Amino acid sequence: MKLIYHLSQIKKSDQKFVGGKASALAIMAQEKLPVPKTICISTNAYNVFMDETGLRAQILMEYHRKSFDQMRWEEIWDCSLRIHNMFAKTPIPSTVVAPLSEEIANFFDKRAVAVRSSAVGEDSASASFAGLHESYLNVRGTKEVLEHIKLVWASTWSDAAILYRKEIGLEVEKSSMAAVIQELVQGQESGVIFGRSPVDQSKAVIEAVYGLNQGLVDGTVEPDRWMIDRDSGSIVSHTPATRTKAIVSASRGVKIINLKTKKRNKPPLTRHKVKQLFILEKRLAKLFGSVQDVEWTFDNSKLRLLQSRPITAIAKNEQTDDRKWYLSLRRSFDNLVSIRTKIEKEIVPAMVFEAESLKRIDLKRMTDEELATEISRRSDICEKWKKQYWDFCIPFAHGVRLFATVYNRTVKPDDPYEFLELLAGTTFKSVKRNEKLQQLANKLKKDKSLRELVQSGKLPEDSIFSQEVAALSEELGTPLSGMINPSQLRTKTFELIIEMVDTGHVKKQQKVRTKSSLERRFLASMSKSNYAFAQQLVDLARASYRLRDDDNIYLGQIDRQLLDAVQEARNRSVTVSKMPLDISRADEVANCLRNPNYRPESRKSKPIEVPDKQVLPRQLMGQPAGAGFATGCARVIREAEDLFAFKKGEVLVCDAIDPNMTFIVPLASAIVERRGGMLIHGAIIAREYGLPCVTGVPDVVELIQNGQEIAVDGYLGIVTINKGLSIN
Amino acid sequence: MEKRTDLRRKLKELFDKQRIGVLSTQKKNRPYASLIAFAVTDDLKSFIFATPRTTRKYSNIMASSRAALLIDNRSNRMSDFRRAMAVTVVGTVRELRKSRKSRLIQLYTDKHSHLEDFIKSPTCAVLCLEAKILHVVDRFQHVVELHLNK
Repeated sequence: MKLIYHLSQIKKSDQKFVGGKASALAIMAQEKLPVPKTICISTNAYNVFMDETGLRAQILMEYHRKSFDQMRWEEIWDCSLRIHNMFAKTPIPSTVVAPLSEEIANFFDKRAVAVRSSAVGEDSASASFAGLHESYLNVRGTKEVLEHIKLVWASTWSDAAILYRKEIGLEVEKSSMAAVIQELVQGQESGVIFGRSPVDQSKAVIEAVYGLNQGLVDGTVEPDRWMIDRDSGSIVSHTPATRTKAIVSASRGVKIINLKTKKRNKPPLTRHKVKQLFILEKRLAKLFGSVQDVEWTFDNSKLRLLQSRPITAIAKNEQTDDRKWYLSLRRSFDNLVSIRTKIEKEIVPAMVFEAESLKRIDLKRMTDEELATEISRRSDICEKWKKQYWDFCIPFAHGVRLFATVYNRTVKPDDPYEFLELLAGTTFKSVKRNEKLQQLANKLKKDKSLRELVQSGKLPEDSIFSQEVAALSEELGTPLSGMINPSQLRTKTFELIIEMVDTGHVKKQQKVRTKSSLERRFLASMSKSNYAFAQQLVDLARASYRLRDDDNIYLGQIDRQLLDAVQEARNRSVTVSKMPLDISRADEVANCLRNPNYRPESRKSKPIEVPDKQVLPRQLMGQPAGAGFATGCARVIREAEDLFAFKKGEVLVCDAIDPNMTFIVPLASAIVERRGGMLIHGAIIAREYGLPCVTGVPDVVELIQNGQEIAVDGYLGIVTINKGLSIN
Repeated sequence: MEKRTDLRRKLKELFDKQRIGVLSTQKKNRPYASLIAFAVTDDLKSFIFATPRTTRKYSNIMASSRAALLIDNRSNRMSDFRRAMAVTVVGTVRELRKSRKSRLIQLYTDKHSHLEDFIKSPTCAVLCLEAKILHVVDRFQHVVELHLNK
């Protein structure tokens, strides 16, 4: 079984062992084209690693935990994170290490190399893995090269690669990966020739940057772009970039540098070089029998070819190929930093201001016409902020994911979610709100006479305690806004506080944490040159983690202003009062106010499924999202009103909880949620309170009945339903 | 979760395909497990099997009629963790009267024709596990129960 191939040895029939990239490099090298010194680590090495270590079996267990069709992207990302951690923790067996080490040392000694993926199956224009797998530049020494080969192997199981393989019908479990080790060319100008422009197939495109190619490929550096007519070979246009940065080799890995003025003002390629590259692509197209995308670099004006692959099937698969979307699932650090600034400096302050401004408007004094206009205006405002939320807040959650990837890669922890310990304990707005509730409960605990007064309902409304409760009930009322009046809401808040008196829930962050030691461990795992980056990354991840919860509170406050206006309309119009309180129907509410004869269309509600008495769920599989084990009676949250019926010690079972609803969490013994993922709100708040949590349990709200005794295993992600209803 | 009809169809397919299951019995707090060849009725309520009367399982059943039968389709490969299905049938065992006209015995010999002489022996008992609940496990840890008498 051949583990290592030299380019001169690779035949066309070897493609299934060496992958598309190595195969193309071999063809070019055998044609005496300028290819850097390269060896290929075959898929045999990957397979020996997977089978001898038992990793394949372990991965398949993880991958098939749930039916793929029932998994959200977030769950696939989690699955991929766990698989990557398995790779990181599993040493390559000596049967592979020994021959590879010898060859790598003989071939490259301590010279810098690039370790690139060479995926099997990428042999036609119908499947292009470009950008989906990992490549690493400037890696030195046998040990480091071996570690990076493992990272390349692991990238077979990235979320994007899994999704893409599924989409094009490749079986992920049968996929294997070869790796290319290539002498690093310290090119001064680099780029890509795209044999056909995605927008005009009669043209080729050449993109070029100063420094190494990575900046162009990952989008960090904006390239100059030339369009060339494929028939005549003439340059049709040149779009210069705003040239400011370049990626160059650092002592380890790569770094971004600022360009000097001379280079900023000069395109990285002359017209002569552009034409030279285009002629080369024509030659390669003839050699390979199809139009190519080619990565190249100029080292002291000497052209070197880094890889060539058939063009991505833009036209044919434009409708179905979601590779672009998969690639957008990763965000660069710089991109995330700019999103954070936008959210913290612009979006959040503006949201707070908006909610406060709307709150000051006296709806009661408006005429029906004015109220209708106000409802439409508020509906537009909600839509505007929802869009901002989707465009900026949701992508910013990638900050946590970027940190997770870097943390697990450098620290190699036993627990793939150890990184969350470094992020938890940030003061969420929802947790602060819960602390206020607990403080009021503590007051009742200390003062028995006050407690008796509250329980008897005789506490005067103007007492300090009543006023504190009233202020807090405002915050709790968002999910119930409009459904009950302020006095009923206050009563429910009192009941909730009384329920909290004996919980004695100690928030996890108040316990002794190992947070600082983990942070030290993470920083120590980074090289000195990356130390500052690591600190910035921790800071970014904490902001990303905090905002993931907080931004929902801000958005909830704005939604609440619309709900209040709709409720005012319900008070005035009989037609509106018969409609469900639903902000998506705000326009119909406004129409009812404007025209008393207007009748909104009735929308059929989903028929209630009668539970089958013969087929009963016993054990449900989800994702382990909060370590721990607890049993308790299920409280299934179907309506916002169910929140206030929550009793201490119950297990919170819900479809999808948002931070406006998590005030009951301190009372809960565990959390179970239909929506999956480690970074959903249910999982985040469970970790804050150290509660067992299982997420991603399909149909859980239908399968579990209120009052059933259930066991929640947050270590294994299993929910077991015991028989009987203990509460009504 | 699967609908009842889909689940029943899947179970019937499994029971028709599998010939042998593991019967668990016990006497005086001493558990025992043994392989048996079984056949099942369409309503999934009756699991028929045969055993010489001298066996430990027969003795156990005479002492305690409650028993469990495990039927599965494992292939002893890693893929079992995601593909295998296992059903534990829980119920009460009763002995059938041997008669040529017995529909249940006919069902059994149709499936296991090579055991026809075996069950004809006067020392062999034909038994029926009357199922109450079927515990169905697939995808490693996903469990549903089919309650036959509800």
